[in-house]
Amino acid sequence: MSRELTLRDALREALIEEMQRDERVFLMGEEVAEYDGAYKVSKGLLQEFGPKRVIDTPIAELGFTGIGVGAAMNGLRPVVEFMTWNFAVLALDQIVNNAAKTLSQSAGQFKCPIVFRGPSGSAGQLAQQHSQTFESWLANVPGLKVISCIDPADAKGLLKSAIRDDDPVCIMESELLYAHKGIVPEGEYLVPIGVAAIRRPGTDVTLVSYNKMILTALEAAEELAKEGISAEVIDLRTIRPLDVRTIVESVKKTNRLVVIDESWPFASVSSEVAYVVQKQAFDYLDAPVTRVNAADTSLPFAPTLVEEYLPNAAKIIRAVKEVMYLHK
Amino acid sequence: MNSVVEKKKMAKQQGKKAEYSKEQYLFWYELMLRIRRFEEKALQMYGQQKIRGFCHVYIGQEAIAAGMESAIRKEDCIVTAYRQHGIALGRGVTPREAMAELFGKFTGIVKGKGGSMHFFSAPNNYFGGNGIVGAQIPIGTGIAFAEKYKGTDNLCVTMFGDGAARQGALHESFNMAMTWKLPVLFIVENNGYAMGTSVERTSNITDLFKLGYAYDMPSEAVDGMSPESVHEAITKAAAHIRSGAGPYFLEIRTYRYKGHSVSDPAKYRTKEEVQSYQDRDPLKTTEEKILELGMASAEEIQAIKERIRMEVEDSVQFAEASPYPPASELYTDNYTQEDYPFIRD
Repeated sequence: MSRELTLRDALREALIEEMQRDERVFLMGEEVAEYDGAYKVSKGLLQEFGPKRVIDTPIAELGFTGIGVGAAMNGLRPVVEFMTWNFAVLALDQIVNNAAKTLSQSAGQFKCPIVFRGPSGSAGQLAQQHSQTFESWLANVPGLKVISCIDPADAKGLLKSAIRDDDPVCIMESELLYAHKGIVPEGEYLVPIGVAAIRRPGTDVTLVSYNKMILTALEAAEELAKEGISAEVIDLRTIRPLDVRTIVESVKKTNRLVVIDESWPFASVSSEVAYVVQKQAFDYLDAPVTRVNAADTSLPFAPTLVEEYLPNAAKIIRAVKEVMYLHK
Repeated sequence: MNSVVEKKKMAKQQGKKAEYSKEQYLFWYELMLRIRRFEEKALQMYGQQKIRGFCHVYIGQEAIAAGMESAIRKEDCIVTAYRQHGIALGRGVTPREAMAELFGKFTGIVKGKGGSMHFFSAPNNYFGGNGIVGAQIPIGTGIAFAEKYKGTDNLCVTMFGDGAARQGALHESFNMAMTWKLPVLFIVENNGYAMGTSVERTSNITDLFKLGYAYDMPSEAVDGMSPESVHEAITKAAAHIRSGAGPYFLEIRTYRYKGHSVSDPAKYRTKEEVQSYQDRDPLKTTEEKILELGMASAEEIQAIKERIRMEVEDSVQFAEASPYPPASELYTDNYTQEDYPFIRD
């Protein structure tokens, strides 16, 4: 049995199910309780679970993130919502220096089972400070796990896995896609952290992407199909740990790889994917690994500049034709 | 040195009372002595390059650890900064576990993975030494949040130095702790200097306890050179917190006799200033008081000193004889997930 749900409702179901299952789970963040969440992911949770477990915080990201870390060290399982990951930059000390290090520093005596979640990436004309993509920043840090997925069913199952995980997990959602719909199974299920999904099978070229760029990659694959090019589209779902096997197996079949990644190009998710593929599938590659990233600039306000900055289907198609040596 | 009469007069002026039990005084004395001798030995071992990396010693501040431990319960939690050997010893970490950790040995309290700044002890509810100035302030607030959530009447002592009192994290934590009435005791160990910078040079408010006033938090200054004063202040604060009334803030005024770390000759302060605190050394005054009040004989004090000396000496021998962690330990304790696929190419 399954039904169609939006990303926001799928995430909300995950929160409700896990809060019903485990008394130690609580949600804290700006506007999560009385306002029902800035993007309504936590709609109705205050009524169901009360103010002890659904907590409106002041606008103090460093402070409430640290409170979450301390609570996790002391036996609770916090879900900390950031209104966007852009604001989590104020809290990076607690995420990077504390959540990620607790287990190592204490030689396993203290765990930090905490989930940090919120939207990441561009969301229209929001200008420089509200449009950033942080997956590669956080995935660089040992001790953290990083999930970035907008498929409603998978996002629900991954959030449930993250809440049950004893390690700190960062989850990137998407402001633009909270209303994005997908088929979500009824009943209890989990999606494992660290496993990619093949969204569209293909034989000529592999497209690797994640978060909302997966939709752009699928759009490009559809266009390419009209020209007789069969693209396999892989949704990473988890950034750290990276599902290397699924990527490498696909490339061994298609012999060509284009990575579509909304992060800035330097030391990005695409850099890591390109590295592992040249290392593990060098002899299978018929062309250099190519990538379509966000521009290596800040993202300005004007629509023409947003268009120029972001990956899009046309750019992906151009990159695919490049690795297939189809450019005129 | 002063006559006995003068000393008693001085003790009275400092608000000290002789009304604590013999056991209490001997507990304070022994813990302060253990910390002092341990730290002196750590410095010596550092000089011999047996200990590497950072090393911030607690010498001069021992009365805080002693007066605190007698005023709280074992079930209470403590989190502090990186000048933390003394706090950990007070919690019950053994000199062996502590010295082996300073040496980076596998038998250390965190298997040689934390070193001088990062002791942790879950059985002793010791949530660690934190190396980022002020980062433990929200963490301690969160530890207290969890105690309240679980419905205990335990509190979390959240300790930090005067340098951390200028971090934004303090203000965010004070605000939430008061708004949510969390069972947290904030203690600033004001030793006058954030590394080499005096409080006066970086703070518009030098009576640091007054920072609590902005949040309507009960806040007081305490003499940190006396275990009695520390004990009294924390006993009162803990009762307030356990009643459910929310946090309390104590500025405990103390002094570190040594530099910020082993590499700091502390040229930014005068010999006279250091001497003025050493004249009120809590170890010395407590020993004198025990003798004056007839709580122990000179021979008994000597026996305690010898026992502590042996304990610390033993900790060095233990550390020396212990192995370093094997290379395979690099990949443990990064994730709880046992089969985590590390990038190992």
